[in-house]
Amino acid sequence: MNQIAFLGAIESGLVFGLVAFGVFLSFRILQFPDLTVDGSFPLGAAVSATMIVSGIDPWLSTLVAAIAGAGAGLITAWLNVRLKILHLLASILTMIALYSVNLRIMGRPNVALLGEQTVLTPFESGSLPYYITTPLVFSVIVLIILVGLVAFLYSEIGLSMRATGANPRMARAHGINTGRMILLGMGISNALVAIAGALFAQSQGSADVTMGVGVIVIGLASVIGGEAVMSTRTMLLAVVACLIGAILYRLAIATALNLDMLGLKSQDLNLVTAVLVTAAIVFPGMKRSLAGVFTRGDS
Amino acid sequence: MISLREIVVTFSKGTPLETLALKSVDLNIDKGEFVTVIGSNGAGKSTLLNILSGEALADSGSLFIDNEELTRRSTHARAGLVARVFQDPLAGTCEQLTIEENLALACGRGRRRTLNQALNGKLRNRFKEQLERLGLGLEERLGDQMGLLSGGQRQAVSLLMATLQPAKILLLDEHTAALDPKTAAFVLELSREIIEEQTLTTLMVTHSMRQALDVGSRTIMMHQGRIVFDVTGKDREGLDVPDLLALFEKRQGESLTDDSLLLSG
Ligand SMILES: Nc1ncnc2c1ncn2[C@@H]1O[C@H](COP(=O)(O)OP(=O)(O)O)[C@@H](O)[C@H]1O
Ligand SMILES: [Mg+2]
Repeated sequence: MNQIAFLGAIESGLVFGLVAFGVFLSFRILQFPDLTVDGSFPLGAAVSATMIVSGIDPWLSTLVAAIAGAGAGLITAWLNVRLKILHLLASILTMIALYSVNLRIMGRPNVALLGEQTVLTPFESGSLPYYITTPLVFSVIVLIILVGLVAFLYSEIGLSMRATGANPRMARAHGINTGRMILLGMGISNALVAIAGALFAQSQGSADVTMGVGVIVIGLASVIGGEAVMSTRTMLLAVVACLIGAILYRLAIATALNLDMLGLKSQDLNLVTAVLVTAAIVFPGMKRSLAGVFTRGDS
Repeated sequence: MISLREIVVTFSKGTPLETLALKSVDLNIDKGEFVTVIGSNGAGKSTLLNILSGEALADSGSLFIDNEELTRRSTHARAGLVARVFQDPLAGTCEQLTIEENLALACGRGRRRTLNQALNGKLRNRFKEQLERLGLGLEERLGDQMGLLSGGQRQAVSLLMATLQPAKILLLDEHTAALDPKTAAFVLELSREIIEEQTLTTLMVTHSMRQALDVGSRTIMMHQGRIVFDVTGKDREGLDVPDLLALFEKRQGESLTDDSLLLSG
């Protein structure tokens, strides 16, 4: 793999690190299997790209994308908490609805950002080439979010959220409004995913309505992969593991595509991911990870 | 004062499994009273406690704590007034969280939670002090995950957690039933100490008649969703297990005839 491909993998690993944070919050912290992600990722891209092409500041556009993502997460949580719809189904409903919403926002299936002002534009004029500045800028953004997320998980409210996922009955007995915690957690989770979508669109130069397909599986693969390679005993380690998992995942994919030995092409990405996640789940040493995803009270 | 008036609870209403768990229960508990509750399986003891905690809601009737109506208030919203220890040691604590995180969580009961860090040096010192009294060496293991502890240890911590913050009533539902006899005796003794120290108003369900008479200041017996027997003060002092059994059999017989009367009438 050449340097550009390597840095490209790091760059998308950073973006999908944010997706992994979101998936970690929903699947691991709240024990809420959430597929909204496949819709909130392109939602973030659609909102930020549409705003950017109409001349709005890219940072503000990214912030609004995050708020839109939070809204999507809140809707899924509301369907589950208030209307008592099964969490998986609730998230599928939001995801499907978002496909239409994203098309409406963009007004067409894709929006190109070539030549537009993005969050990366100010750094392009320097002496460093784009394939170095982009991962650098993304590292700073992702690290800031990582620190904020870890601090949140150690806060009183963060602790309440962790208890809500781990033992809701006990949480309620100690005065925690578990419904509100699920709403808040799902909002934060999908806001992070939408930021990832916004950054991805800005670095790739376009937003596309289909760009969300399989994002949830990549997020899950990152979370499971991170847990497989390092200890996740504390919240700090667990969140760092998500990022490491995402970067390793992108590197693994880049390598697999690069080696060319299996004749893999980029359109095979989702197939490769599905196979990898399945292998991780079936592989005995990783059973623990699976149990944590689909049942309560493990890991 | 805690007061329950004509509380009726039906589970699975309108299905073949419909169960009348509480049939018009009236109960007043004075501040500082320690009430033990006995009764056969399915008598409605847990349901009575669940009515107080909000985990079960009454079909009709009302619940007041110090003249504040709580009948329809959700569990989390009344948690500042009601503390409880579950029967299952796994239910009362969070195994994924550390010991200190579990305690910090319990410190938030009845308080507004903020974005401040949940743990700090001051809290840790307070937890260490509290854990020392257990004599289990847990004060040295604040950062250990709760899941590493035995059932008895977890139940002792649950009890601490329930009593870290003030409450109008403490609910103990067979909280020693899942423990081995030695550990059960230890947890019971600890409960007595804490309850006396804080003069906590307490409702404790137990399956042991001996315990029901030895511990607390008042004993009620439930049968088929009713309080069939309520004894306190002088009347209670003279009572022994055989007396209680005799009373139980008498009441059981009575309620059976009641039911047969209802059926034939
Ligand atoms: N959540 C529930 N759903 C349906 N039936 C229940 C539920 N909880 C209790 N019951 C029924 O209500 C009755 C009283 O139960 P419970 O209060 O648990 O009795 P106890 O604690 O005295 O053994 C029993 O017949 C029980 O089967
Ligand atoms: Mg019971």
